[in-house]
Amino acid sequence: MIRQSEQVNYEVDNHNMVVHLPKELDHHNCLTVKNNTEQIMDETYINRIIFDFTHTHFMDSSGIGVLLGRYKRMMGIGGEVAIYGVNERIKRLLHLSGISKLIRQYETKEQAVRG
Amino acid sequence: MICVKGILSGYHESEGDIMMQEQLQASIKSETFKLEMESKSHNEEFARVVVAVFMTRLDPTLEEIEDVKTAVSEAVTNAVIHGYQGKEGKIYLEVSAKDKTLCVCIRDEGVGIEDIAKAMEPLYTSLPSGERSGMGFSFMEAFMDEVLVESKPGEGTTIKMKKTMGQDPFE
Repeated sequence: MIRQSEQVNYEVDNHNMVVHLPKELDHHNCLTVKNNTEQIMDETYINRIIFDFTHTHFMDSSGIGVLLGRYKRMMGIGGEVAIYGVNERIKRLLHLSGISKLIRQYETKEQAVRG
Repeated sequence: MICVKGILSGYHESEGDIMMQEQLQASIKSETFKLEMESKSHNEEFARVVVAVFMTRLDPTLEEIEDVKTAVSEAVTNAVIHGYQGKEGKIYLEVSAKDKTLCVCIRDEGVGIEDIAKAMEPLYTSLPSGERSGMGFSFMEAFMDEVLVESKPGEGTTIKMKKTMGQDPFE
């Protein structure tokens, strides 16, 4: 199942959901990502969310908020959040905020899906 | 007559040229632009891109541009979410470049901040339900050399940030 909305694609396969993030992840774009992922999680049984940062070159603290929100929800049901394709800049933001300790980072989609 | 005038003006021109050049150099050293925009979430991107383009005259590194973009994004997002709480309002952006230093001032006339020190604490957010990370001010402080916050409840908030190019500790 693939859903599309405002340059954000969602792939749901079994219990995994891959969220292909937009070029810029700020407060404006975060609202779309948040609402869509919540809706999909309500309709399906997902215990693993994988965020694809391959095409994302800008993120601010709003992006951290979205990751944190999804992490909390996954923790509540014993699931997990993973990310892949993160550039050096965004890695630094994840590190500064401390969220890099909570979320697993992978290099490629295959690795992230395999877990 | 025309010839004399030509010679005279020619003479003055060379003197004027030097003056013009001096003025030009002075104006290159310090330039300012001001922008007024609606408090809308799509203006977060607009503001950071405008500042990024303006600062290229300081010959910044890509890292420095990203630092400033993140800080501007945080400040404008704060004005939209916290200052005006999603309601209508104006955000004022004033940016100046002098020598190698960029100054960014972002002002709103929103609700203001009760306790500035608390607001600036990492992970603190006044909107826990809004899925905010509470890292806004921390990122501004991490990426800019200087961050100054002035605020009064009911009157609004002004954030002044400075960054001097060519001194990135990560290089």
